[in-house]
Formats: sequence, C-alpha cells, structure tokens
Amino acid sequence: MMVTQKSTRAVGLGRVLVAVYALLALAATGRSVFQIAEQFSEAPLAYTLSALSAVVYIVATVALVKRGTTSYAVAWATISFELAGVLIVGLVTALDPALFPDDTVWSFFGRGYGFVPLLLPVLGMIWLARTRPTAAERAHDGEPESVTGLPE
Amino acid sequence: MIEWFTWVQVVVACVAGLVCVVAGFARKLPNDVTVGATALVLVLLLVQLVVAIVAPFVGNPPTGNVVEFYIYLVSAILLPPLAVVWALVDRTRWSNLVLAASVFAVAVMVYRMLQIWTVQVA
Repeated sequence: MMVTQKSTRAVGLGRVLVAVYALLALAATGRSVFQIAEQFSEAPLAYTLSALSAVVYIVATVALVKRGTTSYAVAWATISFELAGVLIVGLVTALDPALFPDDTVWSFFGRGYGFVPLLLPVLGMIWLARTRPTAAERAHDGEPESVTGLPE
Repeated sequence: MIEWFTWVQVVVACVAGLVCVVAGFARKLPNDVTVGATALVLVLLLVQLVVAIVAPFVGNPPTGNVVEFYIYLVSAILLPPLAVVWALVDRTRWSNLVLAASVFAVAVMVYRMLQIWTVQVA
C-alpha cells in the first residue's frame, strides 16, 4: 500500500479531484468529437477550441496522477491554460456571444457544465500548491522506480 | 425515449449520488450499498439503451441529432463501471465520492439526452 501511494500525487481528496478532471476530459472530448464529426464547418474556431480544451484536460488529468517534477510542471502549465481559457472565453462569450456561435466547455465561464470548468483549475492549483514534490522526489526525478522499489 | 422512465432514471441517479456522498463523508469505505447503487444506475442505463434502439421503430423517433444522443449514452454507460473499478482498486472513503461524481454526471447526461430526444433548443 505504501508503495502504490508513493507512485502518485493523487492521495486522499486529490483522488476525487483527479476523478472529476477525468470526467471533464470525457465531457470535453465527447462534445468535441461530435462537433468536429458532424458540424465542423459551422464554427471552426469554437470547435477547434473544444478539441484543444479536451486535449488539455486529458493531459492535466494524467499530469495530476503522475509523480515527479516534470508532471508537476506539466500539471501547472495545463491547469493555468485551463483557467486562462475559461476566463478569456467566458469573458468573450459574455461580451459578444456572436463570436462563438456554438458552445464550448468554456463558454459563459463553463455555464453548460455547472461552472465546473471555472472551479476546477482553482481547486487544482490549491491542490498542486499543497503537494509540491519533496526534496527526495526532486533528487530522484527521472528514475522514480528507485524510490518505490518497484520497477515497471 | 420514454419520458417518465428517463425521469425515474435521473431521480435514481441523484439519490444514488447522495447515498455515495453521505457514505464518503461518514468515512465509510466503498461497500455493497454504494457500489450497488452505482450498479443500479448502470442497469437503468442499459435499459435506456434498449429503449433508445426500439423506440424509433414504434413511432418515437428522436427530434435531435442521433449521433450526439449516442455519444452521451455510450459515455454514460462507461462511467459507472469505471468508477466501480476505481472503488475496487482504491479502497478508501474517497472512492465513494468518485462513485458519487460518476452517477451525478450520469444524471446530467441523461437529462441532456432527454433534451436531445424531445426538444431542440439550439
């Protein structure tokens, strides 16, 4: 049990965070697949953005699960991107809805998804700030197997 | 889609979600009740799948996009099993909240499926 806990940053409440991230990744991917397959020509910008956000949510989910300084940095980058995305797209759609003729996960600050896309990056950042990689992790970065004693 | 059945499904999913949330905050590990409630949500989804396949042949076709409808339905069917696997692997109370998140998401998706089938807002 100790071994499995060390191989991931996702412990305790963080696991729920990861699960919700995975849900949002699924939601964004599902919507994006449908939009691009069925009606891409209607709003290329909005749908490209949907696809991009879907990819970023997937990367963020993986980065939150994995341990080590690299995934820690990737998690920060993707979560910051999400926060910027939801704020910028939210603001643009609120000011001028015509720019985005169809919804994305970020439209109106994620209203179509219960504002989860707005809340989640903030919770993610709080979580990341509280789970900085330890000095030992930084020293062993690149070969985490040596810490857990369990080669993959 | 059968409207009353769909609403039953939404209510069952919400109740199942509440049960899992309460169990999680009561520091209970995933048990027969929380996993069973999630399994019940899955069973209703499978019934919904059969209904969705049969309904168009008995004069109840969807008004919205069929592809969008099935993306929601298939994704929804995947959620409870994934959450249950999570709960079996990760035997902590947090898994009850993961179960809850999955069935709440199913509730929202089923409601969205009803919208696609019956009323077209967009």
